[in-house]
Amino acid sequence: MNANGHFVSLQGVTKRFGDLEVLHDINLDVSEHNVVCLIGASGSGKSTLLRCINLLEQVDAGSIVVDGQPITGTKVDVNQLRQKIGIVFQAYNLFPHMTVLQNVTLAPRKALGISRDKAEAHARALLRQIGLEEKSDEFPDRLSGGQQQRVAIVRALATGPKLMLLDEITSALDPQLIGEVLELVRELAQSGMTMILATHEMSFAREVAHKVCFLDAGVIHEEGPPEQVLSAPQEERTREFLARVLEGGRL
Amino acid sequence: MGPFLHEFFSPLDFLRSTPQVWSGFKLNIQLMLVAEALVLPLALVVAIVRGLPGRAAVPFRAAAIAYTDIFRGTPLILVLLMVNGGFATLNYFGLSANTLFKNGVIALVLVYTAYVTEVYRAGIESVHPSQRMAARSLGLSYMQAMRYVVLPQAIRRVIPPLLNDFVGLQKDTALVTVIGLTEAATQAGFYSSNFANYASFGVAAVFFIFLTIPLARFTDHIIREREKRERAQAV
Repeated sequence: MNANGHFVSLQGVTKRFGDLEVLHDINLDVSEHNVVCLIGASGSGKSTLLRCINLLEQVDAGSIVVDGQPITGTKVDVNQLRQKIGIVFQAYNLFPHMTVLQNVTLAPRKALGISRDKAEAHARALLRQIGLEEKSDEFPDRLSGGQQQRVAIVRALATGPKLMLLDEITSALDPQLIGEVLELVRELAQSGMTMILATHEMSFAREVAHKVCFLDAGVIHEEGPPEQVLSAPQEERTREFLARVLEGGRL
Repeated sequence: MGPFLHEFFSPLDFLRSTPQVWSGFKLNIQLMLVAEALVLPLALVVAIVRGLPGRAAVPFRAAAIAYTDIFRGTPLILVLLMVNGGFATLNYFGLSANTLFKNGVIALVLVYTAYVTEVYRAGIESVHPSQRMAARSLGLSYMQAMRYVVLPQAIRRVIPPLLNDFVGLQKDTALVTVIGLTEAATQAGFYSSNFANYASFGVAAVFFIFLTIPLARFTDHIIREREKRERAQAV
């Protein structure tokens, strides 16, 4: 928890890829145990923002503080930081040459130095919670998309992170598999996990988010409680975006 | 066809030359085993160095690129003659005219490491960057991500081309004859000049072929087993 009482705090974050400014002067605060949803069209900068928070991308300007620790300086131990921050990707990115159990235990064993027995016991307990313990020895390719994404979430949880970043984790899933993944995220939210989600699931955002931020062209145009941003948006751009999403939903 | 069969496959000469060619072929097997055992790990190191990120690694990357460019581009026969004639004559690295086997191995390793480096590199680059990103995002270091996530996938993908270079190496062990090592082709040559018959070359060819075929079938077997284990139901 840092001085201004937020678990994650971004100040004036700017990120460029060559000449293209993908994030412009982003300010965002996330309180501990809160869930923040980032909404916006593809290419609006949601994923880049998440990647900046666990230093998969370096910011060009501005500062980020996580858990009281500035992470945008030069003397940051990125490996240690990332053990505190779990990230889950749209495409699961499970390791195809490893079993489910090996996927989940890799980081605890190699990055945290936990013994194999302990790591496996913990991994099995986590897999049991999500009803996938019997898949422990399967390879990811033999699981459904929803199961793979749940394993990816458990893999990210296995190092005991204090913050979870979820990057459009249901976008690659068949509609009937989305529910099981969102259910797991819902449970995480209820357990008090601090989370930042990039999502296209507006009704889910409305349900779990403490705050919703609308991004467009690398700028946060509107932020506030979900009932405000999603039901009574102030900004024209937000209204247009939401209208397009709703229309897509009807088709 | 008659004269051809007689020259290369006359049963009498075939049988009679076999022990002599075999005595040389044992040297090919030794060269191949020793060289391959050195090439596989060394090439992996060069491939990893070549892919190191960051500005600090520039000189290492440059050295790795220069090495592969030079030794992939130089004919093995020249490298053999240069190691044997140059280094050995000057007694560099403890080499001399008495260390022919070592001279041969060094030349084979220099050239084939350059080839195999490129094979590994292709494998490493074929692993989608999202895999490395996922590993790094879990808190693994660059080398840990390389070792546990990238390399296992990269190496299994390049097993067929690795085997290809392995076969090439086996065959090229015959070239050590130019530095005076008596291997299978040399012995076959001795036989043919003594008996004016080329069946001994046929024997040498058969030896080389019989060495590669089991290896090829073994590789097919490994690949098939893994597919069965890791992939979803056959499509």
